Amino acid sequence: MDLNNPIAIRIRGITNAFGDQVVHQELDLDVRNGEILGVVGGSGTGKSVLMRTIIGLQQPSAGEIEIFGDPMIGGDPEQQLDLRRRWGVMFQGGALFSTLTVAENIQVPLREFYPQLGQTLLDEIAAYKVIMAGLPANAGPKYPSELSGGMKKRAGLARALALDPQLLFLDEPTAGLDPIAAAAFDTLTRNLSRTLGLTVFLITHDLDTLHAVCDRVAVLADHKVVAVGTISELLASDHPWIQAYFNGPRGRAASAAVASQPVRKA
Amino acid sequence: MTDMADFIIEQTGPEAQLRFTGRLTLSGLGVLPDRLDALHAPVHEVNLSGVERMDTVGAWIIQRFVERTGAKVVGASEDAVRLMSLVHATERDVRVRPEPAPAVVRVVSEIGEATLLAWQTLLGLIAFFGSVLIATWDLIRSPRRIRIDAVVHRFELVGVKALGIIGLMSFLIGIVIAQQGAVQLEQFGAEVLTVNLIGRITTRELGVLMTAIMVAGRSGSAFAAQIGTMKLTEEIDAMRTIGVSPIEALVLPRMLAAIIMMPLLGFYATLISIIGGGIFCWVSLEIPPITFVQRLQEVIPITDLWVGLLKAPVFGAIIAMTGCFQGMQVSGNAEEVGLKTTAAVVQAIFLVIVLDAFFAVFFTQIGWI
Repeated sequence: MDLNNPIAIRIRGITNAFGDQVVHQELDLDVRNGEILGVVGGSGTGKSVLMRTIIGLQQPSAGEIEIFGDPMIGGDPEQQLDLRRRWGVMFQGGALFSTLTVAENIQVPLREFYPQLGQTLLDEIAAYKVIMAGLPANAGPKYPSELSGGMKKRAGLARALALDPQLLFLDEPTAGLDPIAAAAFDTLTRNLSRTLGLTVFLITHDLDTLHAVCDRVAVLADHKVVAVGTISELLASDHPWIQAYFNGPRGRAASAAVASQPVRKA
Repeated sequence: MTDMADFIIEQTGPEAQLRFTGRLTLSGLGVLPDRLDALHAPVHEVNLSGVERMDTVGAWIIQRFVERTGAKVVGASEDAVRLMSLVHATERDVRVRPEPAPAVVRVVSEIGEATLLAWQTLLGLIAFFGSVLIATWDLIRSPRRIRIDAVVHRFELVGVKALGIIGLMSFLIGIVIAQQGAVQLEQFGAEVLTVNLIGRITTRELGVLMTAIMVAGRSGSAFAAQIGTMKLTEEIDAMRTIGVSPIEALVLPRMLAAIIMMPLLGFYATLISIIGGGIFCWVSLEIPPITFVQRLQEVIPITDLWVGLLKAPVFGAIIAMTGCFQGMQVSGNAEEVGLKTTAAVVQAIFLVIVLDAFFAVFFTQIGWI
């Protein structure tokens, strides 16, 4: 990963609080263009809140966010709408529109932003996005309630990729998947990000995903990002949570698995 | 901002070359796909060297064009080649929407489905009624399992919270009956019979019927939506696995609340209607309240009250049962909750009115006229 890549997301001094409960205090974070940044942290450290803040679903009480150099907070609405086409978001449960088929779900953002596209082209785009997200060819006309958990996530990913975004937010993509499906999803994330040149902001609890996919990892603890770096850099940190996380029994197992079977880096 | 996507045709001898320029991306496409589709001249080469950026949609459009015309791609950047092979690799027969059936088949299958659904709903309702009876019997045998808190909470939601709106509705209905009745009876010089009209029609019919309609709209819909949402979020399944019967925990408290609250609300509604009518009589027909009450006592037989109060718990049971039954039928998505809630209210009101007609005939037959 080139350390001199331009910054895709620049977060400065973000403070989020719900009533008395402070989630983030003066949080800083940079996401570089083209990297896959994993975000980890204990439950309740505000990983999802951070994502919601970046994509504008949650108004922080203080701080600045720039995406591709454009301010997210306090910018003019026109510009923010323009920014919205440049990212895709996959929510934890997929958040598919339950009354639309998978193909129609994928077409929603396309129709919203590019009403001039013809129905044939929309169908063709939906068709190859379905395959690109690793769904079977017959998944297009199915409704979300007919899909398994893993397929819902893939359909959510297909919808997130509908506008060919430069920036992809994934909220716990492998949570609730069996190890085989999770590994397949990791490979998919990595391949797509390399082929499409995506910048990925990936929230996860899954140590295997961190090892297999992420270029860098940001650790959320004590209301801040306490460390950002590759896993080996993080291992050198003496922060107690990081040590407990990566050197706990599960952390050691995951890194042993990676050591014995090195991941192919594109 | 960079240029929109565009193309020009260059004729070099017999060979035509299509040169693309600008951004072949979703935001840069504009009307390019339509123009490409309209192009029918033979093209031998597609030159991508002038393309600034490309995304999967751009790659797909080139791929589609190349496939249609059999042209060669030249001057493609590394990224472009990669993207085109990505969309090419995925090119398979992917269905986007269900196959549309022929109109005749569709009509027949819709009729069939509706018939099946009606039949299944009827059977389901009977089965549901059966399981409610079984649960009731179980509860009677071990009365300590009755969820007093839940029942009392339902009393409040179904009964107490409805007092305001049912009172207002009944008061207005009382006035309307009195006013309309007075206008008609005046023609025969029999305004004084307005009291008979108000007293008998509200006690016997309207008090309970209008209350039932209001309770169906307020509580029947709430039952269906609550239970339907719990079904969607798998709360009902969770209950079953813990060993709690959803019928006992969810349906019976609601049934009990509706059965007990309906007669009370119906009586209250009747009373308020009579007060509304009485006020109209006092103000417009100059019948003083004392005379009004005396006359009521003379003209309303006690059986009228029994007619109203006997119907009320049956209506309550029907409203609660259709609401809970439809709630239990929810499966799949959020739209179902809405559909089933509507069905619950419509069926409840329909059944209440049908039963009311039966009751009317029945009570007349047994001589409670």
